[in-house]
Amino acid sequence: MAFAPSDEPVALKILVAGGFGVGKTTLVGAISEIRPLRTEEVLSDRSVGVDDIDGVEGKTTTTVAMDFGRITIREGLVVYLFGTPGQERFWFMWDELSYGALGAVVLADTRRLTDCFPSIDYFEQRGTPFIVAVNCFDGAERHEPDDVRVALDLDPEVPVLLCDVRRRASAKVVLVTLVEHALKTLTAAQR
Amino acid sequence: MDEEAGPVVRPFALTGGRARSSGDNLDLIAMVRSTGTPPHGDTTIGPEQRRILEIARSGASVADIASDVDLPLGVVRVLIGDLHDQGLIVVRPPVTVAPQPSERILKEVINGLRAL
Repeated sequence: MAFAPSDEPVALKILVAGGFGVGKTTLVGAISEIRPLRTEEVLSDRSVGVDDIDGVEGKTTTTVAMDFGRITIREGLVVYLFGTPGQERFWFMWDELSYGALGAVVLADTRRLTDCFPSIDYFEQRGTPFIVAVNCFDGAERHEPDDVRVALDLDPEVPVLLCDVRRRASAKVVLVTLVEHALKTLTAAQR
Repeated sequence: MDEEAGPVVRPFALTGGRARSSGDNLDLIAMVRSTGTPPHGDTTIGPEQRRILEIARSGASVADIASDVDLPLGVVRVLIGDLHDQGLIVVRPPVTVAPQPSERILKEVINGLRAL
């Protein structure tokens, strides 16, 4: 496909990853205008034959609902937030979502820390800049960021912070931390 | 984002059953803009494509277009691919793919987020 010259609006993509129910949608909703998006999931062999897929040439899909967030920094500069689906059966979407992403926020719940291992492995392997934001749920014991860093075996340059994804101010700090980290990674790579 | 899968539908009826087009690899945040060229007399574009042309008049991302027309992403990609093949729209990949986002843009984003 041919592309247009670069006087067009600039769009940046940030991913929000983490286990099921860790607060990804809440974080996106706290800081941006949420928009619904329908996408397709390739049907597994098991559902083929159960679902009627006649007439759909060479592609067997079912639609999956997901949300994304949009933050307009100024006219012509928009940041998009995409939550990576938490369930394993949606892993097929990760590569598409991650392509060209500026960076990722990995949301962690200290009561289920292992839930964010797959996200961390994924972004480490892809070389996508990421930070870990520990969502402080009511009633959950608070942990220091350094303890979380050790528990997750993170590289020293990966920022770790505590947050409350329901609060807009906190969500802001999370995103600013990520973009700052991405900027640092970018300038380090250019040196 | 963690919702269960929706019902099985036949969204590709709108694309004449085609699930492949030049729009296949369009990034979610690729920017689409109508060229303003009127469609050729002998080409028929459907109401969905007409809407896409309208939405993309001042530039819109693939994700925004899909959300606005409320059609699955794969269908929207096929429709956008067709419009592109007919010269009715231009498409630009996200700035993070080529070239890398500039330091200036990222600083602008940081300041913009702080000011929210």
